[in-house]
Amino acid sequence: MSLFDYFFPRKPASASVAKERLQIVLAHERSGRDGTDFLPRLQKELLAVVTKYVAVEEDMIRVSLGKAGNASVLEINVEVPHTAKPTPAHAAPA
Amino acid sequence: MGKVIVVTSGKGGVGKTTTSAAFAAGLALRGHKTVVIDFDVGLRNLDLVMGCERRVVFDFINVINGDATLNQALIRDKRIDNLHIFPTSQTRDKDALKREGVDWVMRELRNEFEYIVCDSPAGIEHGALTALYHADAAIIVTNPEISSVRDSDRIIGILAAKSRRAEKRESPVEEHLLLTRYSPERVKKGEMLSVEDVKEILSLPLLGIIPESPTVLKASNTGMPVILDPASPAGRAYEDAVARFIGEQREMRFVLPERRSLLRGWFGRAAS
Repeated sequence: MSLFDYFFPRKPASASVAKERLQIVLAHERSGRDGTDFLPRLQKELLAVVTKYVAVEEDMIRVSLGKAGNASVLEINVEVPHTAKPTPAHAAPA
Repeated sequence: MGKVIVVTSGKGGVGKTTTSAAFAAGLALRGHKTVVIDFDVGLRNLDLVMGCERRVVFDFINVINGDATLNQALIRDKRIDNLHIFPTSQTRDKDALKREGVDWVMRELRNEFEYIVCDSPAGIEHGALTALYHADAAIIVTNPEISSVRDSDRIIGILAAKSRRAEKRESPVEEHLLLTRYSPERVKKGEMLSVEDVKEILSLPLLGIIPESPTVLKASNTGMPVILDPASPAGRAYEDAVARFIGEQREMRFVLPERRSLLRGWFGRAAS
């Protein structure tokens, strides 16, 4: 980055803004399409399983279906906070 | 058995009819017996773009209703052997394309022609769904512009769910991306989505890039498929796309801005 760019930051080109916006909106719309409407149910069931072991909130599990080349990628993200306590029934024996 | 190609996009005004006309003409020029069908019931326009509007006597709906035979409705192109045009009707009843009637017409055409090019109406209503239902291949016409890309994505989803091939669980419809109204200069300036961007977003194989060109309007003004204009860059690009469609290898053109020599830059501008 030149000194000129530092003092006069250029706006990102509008085409890259368009690309980013499209990728976000299409990822969302594709997940609602036929065949992938199982995502909310999957998310619920995963939550049920995970909470058996660790206490997590509903919004800490994110499930999404994306595309990479010719393959579909099912992405499951579970956020486990540091402070999460094991659910008592399944706590490791002391 | 003929191959059914649907030219579709979701969005209007991206170049479906121009593409249908050019593509059908290109296939016929290569010696393939081809028919191009207008599916835009109520908004007939393919006849104008093909320059045969004064020769329309019977149309798609007449044939479906049994008021005319298929051969009475088919218009033979005067410039290109092997090319036929099947006009749609100007009726206001958009649902006049009845399922069984269309099935029968497509079966007959498959027996008679090598390629059946279906010019889809815009939107995702009855006409568009009917046009894509019988498709073996789809040409997704897309402009490098957000609303067009989004609508193309939607149509790709519909092809995968509602085509005859999807319904009968046969191999899926062969999909091709055709990027139209492309301006390499604007892409270079970062003002327009690039070929790579659109390919990546839609994950479709690229059939061709049609550069933005004033010759496209000139061609439709005179009722001539743009592929017949030897001086048109868009026409050359369509020729390449047709060749690729039937399996020839052709390098992509019009990806980068045309290099202008200094002299041509000065004098060319003064002359034009």
